[in-house]
Amino acid sequence: MQLDFLAVLAEWPALLRGALVTLVLTAVATVGGLALGVACGWARAWGARPLAYVAGAYVELIRNTPFIVQLFFVFFGLPSLGVKLTPEIASVLAMVINLGAYAAEIVRAGIEGTPRGQIEAARSLAMNEWQVFMRVVLPPALGRVWPAMVSQIIIVMLGSAVCGQIATAELSYQANLIQSRNFRAFEAFIVATLVYLLLSVALRHALHWAGRRFVFGR
Amino acid sequence: MQRRTLTTMIAAALCAGTALPVLAQKALDDVMARKLIRIAIPTDFPPYGFVGPDLQPQGLDIEMARLIATKLGVKVELLPVTSANRIPYLQTKKADLVISTLGKNAEREKVIDFTAAYSPFFQGVFAAKSVAVKGPADLAGKTVGVTRGAIEDMELTKVAPASADIKRFEDNNGTVAAFVSGQVQVLATGASVAGNMMVRNPALNAEYKFVLKDSPNFIGVGKGEDKLRLKVNEVIAAAKASGEIDKLAMKWLSRPAGDLPQ
Repeated sequence: MQLDFLAVLAEWPALLRGALVTLVLTAVATVGGLALGVACGWARAWGARPLAYVAGAYVELIRNTPFIVQLFFVFFGLPSLGVKLTPEIASVLAMVINLGAYAAEIVRAGIEGTPRGQIEAARSLAMNEWQVFMRVVLPPALGRVWPAMVSQIIIVMLGSAVCGQIATAELSYQANLIQSRNFRAFEAFIVATLVYLLLSVALRHALHWAGRRFVFGR
Repeated sequence: MQRRTLTTMIAAALCAGTALPVLAQKALDDVMARKLIRIAIPTDFPPYGFVGPDLQPQGLDIEMARLIATKLGVKVELLPVTSANRIPYLQTKKADLVISTLGKNAEREKVIDFTAAYSPFFQGVFAAKSVAVKGPADLAGKTVGVTRGAIEDMELTKVAPASADIKRFEDNNGTVAAFVSGQVQVLATGASVAGNMMVRNPALNAEYKFVLKDSPNFIGVGKGEDKLRLKVNEVIAAAKASGEIDKLAMKWLSRPAGDLPQ
């Protein structure tokens, strides 16, 4: 067995396009998933009873089923209800829904770790419930759980590899397409592995920076 | 932190480089010594290979695999593969033979060897009667579903106009599901897969549009495994002479095998 990386690297435009699609999918899923996660985390920890139940059901449903099944449901299942999505939109939607559920539990853990005294102090300053949550509870809560959140976002990015199954042209899809053309399976997947490794490390650093800068820092 | 990351990556690269030992070409001897032949078969490609009601693989390719094992006097281990990974299975010696509706082309001949043909097959383009498709040019602006890495993928890529939106799926189940659920307008696949899909989904009103390639199936063997290839060729030639190949084709395809290339 001889390794021929040139045959794979010659396809670098396809690999680059795939890496970009993976990044864009992840970026959109991160923003959407975080928003959904904060909303559901709030609903479970602070919301009215019925709202907490709805959020709880969503979280349990998503966290106890495989991502690929959720993806197939969105792409192959929804058309029978008359909702047809392109592979890319279906992938992003499935990733947002998936990340939202995990993020909800992470955010909830942060919220529930808030010392009572802080909340009472905020209320005694005549802040309304919305202000208390948005200004006093949420930022430090996110700060506490940010490392866990970053890990979850990376897991979702790596999980996006299965979006190639529904013809979203992300990184693994491109690697698979390359190896089905030149039969350089090892080389294609070794290269894809290294690109994923690079993306993960870069994303981790970027998110740690972005967290301090935009989400919870001063 | 930065340095550790770099070290990890170098270590990962080294592992990847050393994990691929050079293997000698002795597949037939291994098979006879083991008294077991490992054959890659499809499970998503009726009637060539599919999972029956008893959850066991069955079909033309599976019977062909059993026939070859019987003639060699060894047991058979069936390995379910998809269109995309059947050639890597052979390259990594996970399988001794691939009997998985494998068509022959120049690109594949660079990396594996082929025995004589054992069954007929053709790939075509299918769509609903209401979709006007007469030839490759009519695919312009339409979404076409195809299984990545299959012969029809290569043929379609060659003939389809640039504006055709080709969606490539991992296996035939995904490709067919995309067509049935309306995610793609046109389906490019093997005649048997399409036939099976049309029987199960009469409401789609799908029909055959045009042929992509007439490509009989061959059995794949590892590159340079000539002893095994010639042995399998003997088995196929004997089965052709005795009418067993025709019987298989009649049973699963309702047509005789006809003239198959060597």
